[in-house]
Amino acid sequence: MSPRLAKALINGFLIGGAVIALFPLLWMVSASFMQPGEASALPPPLWSAHATMRNYQELFLRAGMGRYLLNSLLVSTAITVLSLVFNLMAGYAFAKLRFAGRDRLFKVLLGMLIIPAQVAMLPLFLMLKYMGLVNSYGGVIVPAMATAFGTFLVRQYARGIPDELMEAARIDGASELRIFVRIVMPLLKPIMVTLAIFTFLTAWNDFMWPLIVLTGQEHYTLPLGLASLSREHAQDSELMMAGSVITVLPVLVLFLALQRYYLEGLLLGSVKG
Amino acid sequence: MNRTRAAWLFLAPALLILGVFFLLPVLAAFGLSLTDYDLYALADIHNLRFIALQNYWTLLQRREFWSALGHTLYFVIVGVPLSMAASLGAALLLNSPLARCKAFFRTALFAPVVTTVVAVAVVWRYLFNTKYGLVNDTLGLMGIHPVDWLGNPHWAMPAIILFAVWKNFGYNMIIFLAGLQAVPGDLYEAARIDGASAWQQFRHITLPMLGPTLWMVAIITVSGYFQLFAEPYVMTEGGPLQSTTSVLYLMYNEGFKWWNIGSASAIAFLLFAILFAVTMLMLRMGRRGGSV
Repeated sequence: MSPRLAKALINGFLIGGAVIALFPLLWMVSASFMQPGEASALPPPLWSAHATMRNYQELFLRAGMGRYLLNSLLVSTAITVLSLVFNLMAGYAFAKLRFAGRDRLFKVLLGMLIIPAQVAMLPLFLMLKYMGLVNSYGGVIVPAMATAFGTFLVRQYARGIPDELMEAARIDGASELRIFVRIVMPLLKPIMVTLAIFTFLTAWNDFMWPLIVLTGQEHYTLPLGLASLSREHAQDSELMMAGSVITVLPVLVLFLALQRYYLEGLLLGSVKG
Repeated sequence: MNRTRAAWLFLAPALLILGVFFLLPVLAAFGLSLTDYDLYALADIHNLRFIALQNYWTLLQRREFWSALGHTLYFVIVGVPLSMAASLGAALLLNSPLARCKAFFRTALFAPVVTTVVAVAVVWRYLFNTKYGLVNDTLGLMGIHPVDWLGNPHWAMPAIILFAVWKNFGYNMIIFLAGLQAVPGDLYEAARIDGASAWQQFRHITLPMLGPTLWMVAIITVSGYFQLFAEPYVMTEGGPLQSTTSVLYLMYNEGFKWWNIGSASAIAFLLFAILFAVTMLMLRMGRRGGSV
């Protein structure tokens, strides 16, 4: 095969792949600006002849999308901040502090990585019901405030911190908390950013657990609101596309802005096997 | 402050949360699966009875369970290889020295991964629409008759698999790409001097060098695909004719629709047991192949 042909083929396939990957997303954006019924014309148009913001207005004014958006922001931000703090503390302790039973405890943590979260869901629901957390933001936030995976990730990263740094501070009489805040945390910054994006995206996109624990619409996150709208308004494709745009856009923008950290974290996380 | 005490203080919040909200429920799930916890027990705990392995026994005799397991296996057995092939293909293209604008293509191919399943499932439901959907429109250009993707029990699962491959292939693509970049270039150099074709280079250098990564990715992907739920929930509601009801969907219906919590816990545990067995089997196969 001539190098020119090979080059054309390879780049051709890449363009084809990119079209397949992006087309549904672009069509979603385009259809969200269409008039009601316009997307169901034959043949289906690629863009609107009379673009309108009406679907977005409808979603925010009548369908309560603003509420879902705020709920999603609140829940995902709370989970990200809290789990970041707790995973950092635990990961650091596993990596750098000495205590009896550390290795055994770490093995338990590794074991937890292979248990699918859904196994815990039924008893967790009953437990939260007795605690009065069903159908509250707490029901989604509290169980996600620490993860075995996040702790594991921080531990792997923190092992690279030289012990001398902490020892020197201890000799100077610094408390353990001060050492953690002043010396360790700045060194963990890259993994903090990575873990934060990962956690935020996971919390934002999560569906099954919020679906179970949030029983009333007032607490719905965007995926739940969208799923319930799509059962009521299955025929209003333009409206549903606008809802999908609102759900996907924040995470897509976040990813594009912090892509490097996200992809690094993905590779770090994948060596867990 | 004593250093051991400091360690436990740092660990306490995470351990407390993981213990109370994860480990304890997992153990309790096994306990619940041995009871007949249902709507009556939910109302008054005194209605709860211990029934040993009865739930498991009943499940193994229920057609719904076997068909849900069958659908899940269908999704895993067809979906995982397709998904991995797409990931590997895309990674090979991106890794080629002839490829242009690599950063753009990488981002474009990865974009579906970060999107919300529910939102893009809604989009694909319209793309799969028999009449107005652009999937049939495109197939029509090639002279293929319209397919009733989501309304026909034979086509609903393939449609969900296509959607899942589109949504997920970018993830493993990034891992494969890193694996490919770690293959020393002089291996290919030497093979070229010996006159090896592109296919021979792929077969005898790329694949063996990628071996451990392939196994690891396969194990993680299989365990992810076994947890199929949101896709059928949004696209088909488990239908038509239950053809896309997965094991987790059955657990969800059993537990949170009919409130048969004991029986639903048994489903969750059976899924876990199957997943565990499959993972162990794959690990062993990978080890025997000398790659994990």
